[in-house]
Amino acid sequence: MPDTAMALTSNAGRFRAFWRQLDWPLRVALAMLVIFVFVAIFGPWISPYDPLQGSLRARLAPPVWQEGGSWAHIFGTDRLGRDILSRIIAGARISLTVCVIVIALAGAVGTAVGTAAGYFGGWTDRILMRLVDLALSFPVILLALLLGAISGPSFTNIIIVISLVLWSQYARMARGETLKIRNEDYVDLARTSGLSDFRIIWRHILPNIAPSLIVIATLQVGIVIVLEASLSFLGVGVPPPAPSWGSMVADGRSYITSAWWLCMVPGLAILFTVMAVNLVGDALADRINPALRGRNI
Amino acid sequence: MMTLETETPLLEMREVSVRLGRGAQAPALIENIDLKIFPGETVGLVGESGSGKTTLGMALMRLLPPLLDQGLSGEIFYDGEDIANLRAGELARLRGGEISMILQDPMASLNPIFSIGNQLKEGLRLNATAKGNLEARAIQALESVRIPSPKTRLANHPHQMSGGMRQRVVGAISLTRSPRLLIADEPTTSLDVTIQYQFLELLKDLQKRMRMAMLFITHDFGVVAKMCDRVAVMYAGQIVEEGPVRDIFNRPAHWYTRALLESVPTVDHAPERLPTIPGSPPTITGRPRGCRFHPRCANAQSKCLEPPVDVEVGAKHHAKCWFPLRAQRGAA
Amino acid sequence: MLKIIATRVIEAFIALLLMSIVIFLLSRLTGDPIALLLGDGATDADKIAMAQELGLDRPLPVQYLNFLGNALTGDFGQSVTAGKQPALDLVLSRLPASLSLAGVALIFTLIIGIVFGVLASVTRNSPIDVAARLIALVGQSVPSFWLGIVLMYIFAVQLRLLPTSGYGRPEHYILPAATLGLFTLAAITRLVRSSMLEALGSEYIKLARVKGLSESIVIWKHALANSLIPVITFMGTFFAVMITGAVIVETVFSWPGIGRLAYESILSRDFPVVQTVVLVITSLFIIANLLVDILYIVVDPRMRSRG
Repeated sequence: MPDTAMALTSNAGRFRAFWRQLDWPLRVALAMLVIFVFVAIFGPWISPYDPLQGSLRARLAPPVWQEGGSWAHIFGTDRLGRDILSRIIAGARISLTVCVIVIALAGAVGTAVGTAAGYFGGWTDRILMRLVDLALSFPVILLALLLGAISGPSFTNIIIVISLVLWSQYARMARGETLKIRNEDYVDLARTSGLSDFRIIWRHILPNIAPSLIVIATLQVGIVIVLEASLSFLGVGVPPPAPSWGSMVADGRSYITSAWWLCMVPGLAILFTVMAVNLVGDALADRINPALRGRNI
Repeated sequence: MMTLETETPLLEMREVSVRLGRGAQAPALIENIDLKIFPGETVGLVGESGSGKTTLGMALMRLLPPLLDQGLSGEIFYDGEDIANLRAGELARLRGGEISMILQDPMASLNPIFSIGNQLKEGLRLNATAKGNLEARAIQALESVRIPSPKTRLANHPHQMSGGMRQRVVGAISLTRSPRLLIADEPTTSLDVTIQYQFLELLKDLQKRMRMAMLFITHDFGVVAKMCDRVAVMYAGQIVEEGPVRDIFNRPAHWYTRALLESVPTVDHAPERLPTIPGSPPTITGRPRGCRFHPRCANAQSKCLEPPVDVEVGAKHHAKCWFPLRAQRGAA
Repeated sequence: MLKIIATRVIEAFIALLLMSIVIFLLSRLTGDPIALLLGDGATDADKIAMAQELGLDRPLPVQYLNFLGNALTGDFGQSVTAGKQPALDLVLSRLPASLSLAGVALIFTLIIGIVFGVLASVTRNSPIDVAARLIALVGQSVPSFWLGIVLMYIFAVQLRLLPTSGYGRPEHYILPAATLGLFTLAAITRLVRSSMLEALGSEYIKLARVKGLSESIVIWKHALANSLIPVITFMGTFFAVMITGAVIVETVFSWPGIGRLAYESILSRDFPVVQTVVLVITSLFIIANLLVDILYIVVDPRMRSRG
């Protein structure tokens, strides 16, 4: 028992020491990220209303700080009388889900392609990297529109499309980092001791290139959130009535003169979340691999 | 250089310190430096890395990073003008034409984007006399550092040249406006030995022709013997001994100087194992009180916990030591 | 140098060819063009006749070669909706609006971003630097569709300073160009700032100062010239960002460019136009990347003498 208590206090102490060395924007950003993740995970239990169910009597209610607003609907309601706050909370869940799946998918594919290209070199490298160039030169938003138009907006489409945009970044990074360590002594040793190529990549190369890939992943979270919102705004993203932040802005657009908060609240939710993610991503890049800083375009 | 006594110094540093920022208590990189350089002479500045040699050189050019430039105190008279108390920007008019510098790393000192000619001419352009015949002057500058076919070389970019050649180009750029004082900061450490030798010969030759004073920063006593008239030995931010080069070599007064000299192999001094100085030089924030060398000194005594005074141990030869290896002048 | 450029040109052609295959396959695999062309009331006989007329009954490789041959002569078929206009004409008529908008946005973001990045780097931690960092952070975080709406609301609806939409006069460019450019502006500011900081700490900057050059030459010539190389490297990416942005910004501001055309033709399933738009945009992108590569070789002497 005392041991556990000790561990707890030392963890708390470590956290305090870590917290103290951060500047205030980073503290705010971290706090916002924690809130975002918390809200996204526990949304269904903390949401004040059903995000999909409106009451027609409460249509276009203004937010609490506006004249005529009330605490019943802190951010007001939309044209169908649905509570904006509840929809924002549900939207966070969608954003986070898309982020997690896309980054896992794009990261896995990109890392596999990049390490293979870097490790094997030669023709494998040349062909795979041409593929990466091709992926980079395809205006993916058009593909998203195309897929959306053909099969209608769907969750699967959006995941595929965004992953297609992002996997190439991992591939480039993984290839570059693999090239750096491919001829290190410990890799040579593993090779001469008869380990298979797959095991060498898995056991010796991946752990060494992981930090840079994690930085890329962090820097991509903001891009994923913005892309998902943009595609949903254009009507080819998350299918309605699911409340993506992007489709909420699109819904509010026609009410911009009479009910500006319909646009403003989800827009600010995107802006603040992405800003927080980018701040944390930059700080992480500074610690792990400063060369990546300012390169996440 | 027997005429020194009657001449006024070209450069005189009085109590020059460089601290990490403005505060008087901030840790000092160099502290209370007094040093004179007379026209035409070469002064060697010797010490281990971290002793403050480069900081001293950069302070003379007023090219310290902003925080250190704020921490610069004392007086630096160049030709009668106190350049330590000018705004750093105002010094641009003295740089290149009056005081110039050869930097440590010839590989990185040339801008990779611009041609050699471009980089030579933009300095020359600042000389009123060079206007109009820039091309000819640039070719002349490359000739003076013995670069073959200088005319075609003007169009070259740095990456097209070897290390030794780049070093000579850097030399040409630094010397092309005939400065009266040149600060050479370990100009040859990154070159291999034969090229090193050639470059030093060239530098000496140019110095003689231009009657230029030189502050030669190095950690290499061999180079000092070859190049310098006088030597100042730096340890942990202070000059611990200064004197004519022969004197210092033959009869060092400071224990640190002797230990340094003993660790250099020479033809008649090449024992099986060279003696090394025990311990390592103190960090900027961890400098001991009193004599800064005492924790590593073979002759440390309790008196050494007090700051030593500068004592004269020979003609124009003085050392900061309580127990100098040579008798104090007048005391013997 | 010529050899490298020749290689790049050939690579660009190969990329273009590959792209045409991808687009061809996408257009064949993602829907039944005959059903689209004929509508719901068509009989099977109609469909077979149509397929024969269009050559859709032949094997895919043959179809592709036909498609390629037609494409090379500028024949991309006709728009299904917009009065049976040739698809290429329609796309090309919309191109100037997009190029001028992207051009205006790119020129302004380059100038402002470079100046801002340089000033921020030389006055580190000053108000200018803080402002530059803030703009960089906000610019890379704000979604452009929302920014467009907010700018329109503030400057057009509330302050009535600028038109909400329209095309032709200089004031029409301000809001769309600002919306389109902010992300790139942020990226360029960041890039220039960080590479300037790196350059300013270098030995060649010391030598430039040792020479007695004025601080403005040291900064705007020696440091900036080196800091622009990463900006050039990323120009291709900026162009891609602008294309993606164009679809959104042109939709928000009703701008008559190919971005909106792409969006509208996809929503109305006008496949000949979609195909053409995608191919034109991809070609633009490949050409832009080629130009960037060549620019890179011309600017950086180290690249020039390689190979």
